[in-house]
Amino acid sequence: MKKNWWKILSLILLIYTIIGGLLFKVPRLPILNETIRNLYFHVCMWFGMMLLYIVSFVYSVKYLLGFQYQNDIKASNFAKVGSWFGILGYLTGIIWVSVTWTTQQGQTLATVLKEPKLIGAAIALLIYGAYFVLRGSFTDIDKRARISAVYNIFAFVMLFPSIWIIPRLVGSLHPGAPGSDSGNPALNRNDLDENMRMVFYPAVIGWTLLGVWIATLKIRLQILKDKKILN
Amino acid sequence: MNKKVFALLKKDVLLEFRQQHTFYGVLLYIAATIFVMYLSLSESPNAEIWNSLFWVIQLFVCVNAVAKSFIQENKGRMLYFFSIASPGEFITAKIIYNVFLMLFMSIVSLGLFYLFLGKPVINEIQFIGIVLLGGIGISLVFTLMSAIAAKAQQNAALIAILGFPVILPQLLLLMKMSKAAFAEVFKEGAFMQLAGLTCLMDALVFIMALILFPYLWKD
Repeated sequence: MKKNWWKILSLILLIYTIIGGLLFKVPRLPILNETIRNLYFHVCMWFGMMLLYIVSFVYSVKYLLGFQYQNDIKASNFAKVGSWFGILGYLTGIIWVSVTWTTQQGQTLATVLKEPKLIGAAIALLIYGAYFVLRGSFTDIDKRARISAVYNIFAFVMLFPSIWIIPRLVGSLHPGAPGSDSGNPALNRNDLDENMRMVFYPAVIGWTLLGVWIATLKIRLQILKDKKILN
Repeated sequence: MNKKVFALLKKDVLLEFRQQHTFYGVLLYIAATIFVMYLSLSESPNAEIWNSLFWVIQLFVCVNAVAKSFIQENKGRMLYFFSIASPGEFITAKIIYNVFLMLFMSIVSLGLFYLFLGKPVINEIQFIGIVLLGGIGISLVFTLMSAIAAKAQQNAALIAILGFPVILPQLLLLMKMSKAAFAEVFKEGAFMQLAGLTCLMDALVFIMALILFPYLWKD
């Protein structure tokens, strides 16, 4: 029970997020209207994705330091769940786009796809797609673990400058684009309404914990399957 | 250290002179692709399309030029290098060699682009500078990718899959910078900022290669 408190916390926070997210008061803004509630789901997916990728990166570094097979299992499974969060981020984004940018602001698919944040997410998903392809091309387990850890570390380190650079190169529809009042293209605390923060921060924590939970389940399953190799 | 790097470099250059088919193969690849583009376009493309075509071709040329650098080394020879040089020296020699190869190929493809697809570039010296800077960056990334892909069996296609998402931000930077040479007006100092950023990314890739390559080459 002592070890599982965070799973219960995750469940409580997510129940709170769904109830609070759908019922609490939100500011009435033009174009956004009630869709603003998607913030509690869409943005949290990206937070979860980045965090899971960071954990995966850390385990890859750990693998190269000690060559323990458990760390490779952890790295690959955190990356897998991170990619699922990325895809869910896209799906929730599509819902949001379809009722705001494309209908109200008259954007076409072509302009939406050139969004810097979509490019950043696409690069991240492509990198991890390549990571899984690379993993699939080995038959030797040790070799697979070692080479894919190298690629994971390299790609992850390269991902950060790109997420930092691209929003400053391309104009954006997302809040905080260059030229709008808010200034910081990454994330601006002042953009968010007081009431929404009450739900948003717990939502981020709740979704991230859920991601970690799923990943740990997958890892335990994989370790059970590979018990013979792990001796 | 420097002596060994130089010796390894010399070995690569000598190999290139003795097995010239790969070198001419890449040259022919450049010529053939640009010629196909020349035939498929009814008139010279405008500056923007010219720019994007140029950088995409650079990317594929690099994949082809750099791809063989680790694949040509068979297992026995790698073991020999392992016993005479450190991984840092080995990857440094490979990177220097590939950078020079790519710089040469970049100049060749630039010349062919001028010849076949017209010349929208206004500030020539600046554009050549950008092309060389881009050549360095692209070849750095793909050298490391080819080292990774050489460890897996199906390598040529894998290099492209592994490298493209990583190189994309740098490519966008280069395309943006090239617009300065097409007479697009930049903010004061913005161009140097972009150039500095590209150099920083190159340094980052080089450092990562030095750190990570030792894990790649021992089997």
